[in-house]
Amino acid sequence: MAYNDKVIDHYENPRNVGTLDKNATNVGTGLVGAPECGDVMKLQVEIDSRTGVIRDAKFKTFGCGSAIASSSLATEWIKGKTIDQALAIKNTDIVQELSLPPIKIHCSVLAEDAIKAAINDYLKKNGGSGSASAPSAGG
Amino acid sequence: MKFPIYLDYHATTPVDPEVFETMAPYFTQVFGNAASRNHEYGWTAEAAVEKARAQVARLVRASERELIFTSGATESNNLAILGVAEMYREKGNHLITTPIEHKAVLDTCHFLEKKGYEVTYLPVDKHGRVNPEDVRAAIRPSTILVSVMAANNEIGTINPIGEIGKICKEKGVLFHSDAVQAAGKVPLDVEKMGIDLMSLSAHKMYGPKGIGALYVRRKNPRVRLAAQIHGGGHERGMRSGTLNVPSIVGFGKAAEIAERVMGEETARLRRLRDKLWDAIRSELDEVYLNGHPTERLPNNLNVSFAFVEGESLMMGMKELAVSSGSACTSASLEPSYVLKAIGVGEDLAHTSIRFGLGRFTTEEEIDFAIQKVVSTVRKLRDLSPLYEMVKEGIDIKSVQWSAH
Repeated sequence: MAYNDKVIDHYENPRNVGTLDKNATNVGTGLVGAPECGDVMKLQVEIDSRTGVIRDAKFKTFGCGSAIASSSLATEWIKGKTIDQALAIKNTDIVQELSLPPIKIHCSVLAEDAIKAAINDYLKKNGGSGSASAPSAGG
Repeated sequence: MKFPIYLDYHATTPVDPEVFETMAPYFTQVFGNAASRNHEYGWTAEAAVEKARAQVARLVRASERELIFTSGATESNNLAILGVAEMYREKGNHLITTPIEHKAVLDTCHFLEKKGYEVTYLPVDKHGRVNPEDVRAAIRPSTILVSVMAANNEIGTINPIGEIGKICKEKGVLFHSDAVQAAGKVPLDVEKMGIDLMSLSAHKMYGPKGIGALYVRRKNPRVRLAAQIHGGGHERGMRSGTLNVPSIVGFGKAAEIAERVMGEETARLRRLRDKLWDAIRSELDEVYLNGHPTERLPNNLNVSFAFVEGESLMMGMKELAVSSGSACTSASLEPSYVLKAIGVGEDLAHTSIRFGLGRFTTEEEIDFAIQKVVSTVRKLRDLSPLYEMVKEGIDIKSVQWSAH
């Protein structure tokens, strides 16, 4: 299978790889996917509680090149956005940007889930209800 | 070094230049139909085919009268299984095989199950080996065929074919073995091993693609097969169709070379394969060998690199042409059924890579591969949330994962 240039670029130079302090109150962590399915994404956001702006985002992903690229792209996109703007990102936006083939669409779905799970975690920590619905695996 | 470095010799092999040279005249000069009995063109073609038949037969210690040419091992496996099932239908409707056979055997068995046959899939141990006593226990009065591969194409495990053959002889049940991966790498002897039918392929042993053979025992017992391709009655009526003379000549030459170099070649490949594995396991933690530690093909290495997904690993080492047990590399969504059958969890199956070394693999290439594998696994583990969790002391199995 030949990979799209943007996927290769994100795979070779992943943006925002790393880990934020998951115990900090201003950090939300999303962990989605399953090892048995071949992909797990951990996406973290650091949010300015006054403005609701995502100041930093980090990820680590176990998965194929498209999964790595999808999560790398997701962190790039959400940095500097408000919670609501980040929640508005759809998996189809990622599919389009990375030209993912049909067999890789689940990678983009997982990235969207990871954004929602991370923001949910932040909202829960900070007394919110966790409005965005997405599964969260531990974290 | 030529990139990418080819380390997928279980998938196919390049045609040996000596084989190619031997084949060349049979396309343009000696182009006769081997079935043309009335002129020189036919005679020379026929003589070339018979020479090749003897060369291939010699590799498995068969008589040349017991070998028929096919389009490849998929056809050989189909002919052996379907041919026996149809011919011996009155004797019984039960077949015995293993869950780690090639799809050409498994899908053929599934087809027969739909037609009313019964198939027993023997268990294999954690290394992918069949216990011969399980074969004995599974044989019923209605059993007409046992089919067990000589060596597995993914994990390289070698089965105790001789012992299974002996049991089949005692019980009077026909024994077929898919020896595609074993031929040319492991000594095979249809007499000593009690094999009645054996599938072979040229392109796995430095011959051309599109040509294979089926060994069909002629005495003790004489195996009869119902033909699956009908026509001019070629190949003792078991496989009609004009013989593919250039490819058959190439197959013969490839078998002759294999016979000649096997000892030296397998020793060299075993040393290089062991060097690769020793380096991987000394440089990296959490790596697991799939398949038998000693009873395995000398050129095979199948490793799970825990917490690093197979496809992303291959993407990171694009200078190496290897194959993965991960679902992401194939059209199916399931990871390798072979790894599953030997009890490798799906989480580890997704992280497995198969290395297949071969005749043209050099030490320099293996040294390069070692560096590439180690650096790529390290890079991806820095990116892996699972590796990070394990290093923090979290038991990954205890996490409630959201299946998707």
